[in-house]
Amino acid sequence: MKLSLGPNLFFWPKQALYDFYDEMKQTAVDTIYLGETVCSKRRELNTSEWLELATELSSSDKEIVLSSLALLMADSELNSLKKLCDNAPVKIEANDMSAVQFLTERNVPFVCGPSINIYNARTLRLLNQQGAMRWVMPVELSSTCLRSILSEAQELGFLEKIETEVFSYGHLPLAYSARCFTARYLDLPKDKCEFSCIQFPEGLTVNSQEQQALFNLNGTQTQSASIYNLIHQLPDMADMGVDIVRISPRKQGTADVIQQFGDAIHRFENDLPESLIPTQDQDCNGYWFGQPGMNYLSPEQIASGDIGTNIRFATHAD
Amino acid sequence: MELVCPAGSLPAFKKAVDSGASAVYLGLKDETNARHFSGLNFKEDGVQSALNYAKSKGVKLFIAVNTYAQPSGFHKWQHAVDLAADIQADALICADMGVLDYASQRYPDLNLHLSVQGSSTNHASLAFYKNNFNIKRAVLPRVLSLKQVAQVAEKSPVELEVFAFGSLCIMAEGRCYLSSYMTDQSPNTCGACSPAQFVRWQETEQGLESRLNDVLIDRYQEGEKAGYPTLCKGRFQVNDRTYHALEEPTSLNTIGLIPDLHRIGIKAVKIEGRQRSPAYIEQVVSVWRKALDSYQRHPEEFKVKPQWLKPLEKVSEGSQTTLGAYTRAWQ
Repeated sequence: MKLSLGPNLFFWPKQALYDFYDEMKQTAVDTIYLGETVCSKRRELNTSEWLELATELSSSDKEIVLSSLALLMADSELNSLKKLCDNAPVKIEANDMSAVQFLTERNVPFVCGPSINIYNARTLRLLNQQGAMRWVMPVELSSTCLRSILSEAQELGFLEKIETEVFSYGHLPLAYSARCFTARYLDLPKDKCEFSCIQFPEGLTVNSQEQQALFNLNGTQTQSASIYNLIHQLPDMADMGVDIVRISPRKQGTADVIQQFGDAIHRFENDLPESLIPTQDQDCNGYWFGQPGMNYLSPEQIASGDIGTNIRFATHAD
Repeated sequence: MELVCPAGSLPAFKKAVDSGASAVYLGLKDETNARHFSGLNFKEDGVQSALNYAKSKGVKLFIAVNTYAQPSGFHKWQHAVDLAADIQADALICADMGVLDYASQRYPDLNLHLSVQGSSTNHASLAFYKNNFNIKRAVLPRVLSLKQVAQVAEKSPVELEVFAFGSLCIMAEGRCYLSSYMTDQSPNTCGACSPAQFVRWQETEQGLESRLNDVLIDRYQEGEKAGYPTLCKGRFQVNDRTYHALEEPTSLNTIGLIPDLHRIGIKAVKIEGRQRSPAYIEQVVSVWRKALDSYQRHPEEFKVKPQWLKPLEKVSEGSQTTLGAYTRAWQ
């Protein structure tokens, strides 16, 4: 299995971004996704600068992919997307169907990002026929779903033609809006947001009134407060045919996480004993087990089979 | 403009038809539709009765099969499509590309609408659905401002329908997993947001508490109006602020925008609320019928009448209505 670094979901100053990717060049990731996926007003790097960075990083041994915006609501945003699709020296990750449309018009292969709604093999086949050479599973889907999609893809005879990538570490992107929740927190109107999300390099935690961490505000995107972490599920993923494991950038410690994941993959691929990776209080992995995404199941619970029941579907017997 | 109205039961369906709907949309009694609530929606024979009633009054019937088909149950979505084709529904409202693919290949004559859950917010995305599935209409997500709706309408390859009245989603529909993060069920997977079986109310010393899967969504002091704990409408804490961090409990009412929506070429306005009572449907649909008729008679002199607003405000969530994103000036 390969490792990828997902697009940075936060808004960082230009130099911080350059420094970050300088550091990431040295890590064990096979693929680096660049670009702005959350808000078109974030322009510390404009489209041309992202394209330049992509060109520059392509000379390393990494595969470089440019990720596109997830929610496009204005012609100006479509124009930027067109520019990206027309000029990219590398593959594009489509995060909206508009990008899929532009890329199929241009007849170039592309990646379907996690915000493209692929919930079944029939959809996956359709997009594969349109040029998708890789897909990132929507984050709310379970391993059971993934397993059946992939086995159906095999039956339908296109499994070999598409790579599967799983979002495996980081704040989960849960929702997109036209509203900016960071600006709302600061009582700023969105048109005068002052690009204030740059002050919060890893978002703003939303707690319940009982101090339970729930969400993470990242401008117009709402994320999980918890860190989705599938490091203990890597053998499971390899077994079902996942090709790439995605790590989503955080303000601190991303290189260490990459190293841990790389080490874990190396260990199970070479039949070495699993290293003891301390789990963090803030981790979650429920989605993988068909449970509420915020749940966390420890390796011990999973080993003992005490993972509760998958209540999805079962609760709806009318 | 067509007036497209919801129905979660046969009595509600009849009220919608009798109160002036141009079309009524409904869902089947399973997770294939995005209002999958207990006690709601239609069995097959119910759909037939609804259809007969609609036909007798010259009203259209749309069937919503607008959740995302998961591998274990694809046959359910197929079956729902087959049923819609079989009874010759006037339109099938879908979101999932796999379902659209099946419907368009198997029933090329079936009139397909892209559901709001399809999350299509621009003309390029709509072109994809038009080219691949020959959709005839799309329902736009409630995140767009009027200016943006106009931009989409100008270049849209298909007819457009917009939400006019009812609950207000602030997240782009079809791209929101907040509910499954907390409860394991989302609109995309199960057709439910903040599902009722996870809701718990509790009187405590701190006030009346509403919980969703044990998570405290809000706490009400005496005299405060308590609302359903839809998780994006809760009162949460960010640093030292306790507030509606995502959204206030308001609802959408665009009756004043009828002339604008008509001018930019919107073909249909949609009332939200298959989960609502027949009385609600009657109230809302008849007001909207009066307003649309009044506009049609004298477009130049159209004015929102107070006697329309009062009943609408009475039935609205939080007793507060807004124009949602439509009047937003910014991008």
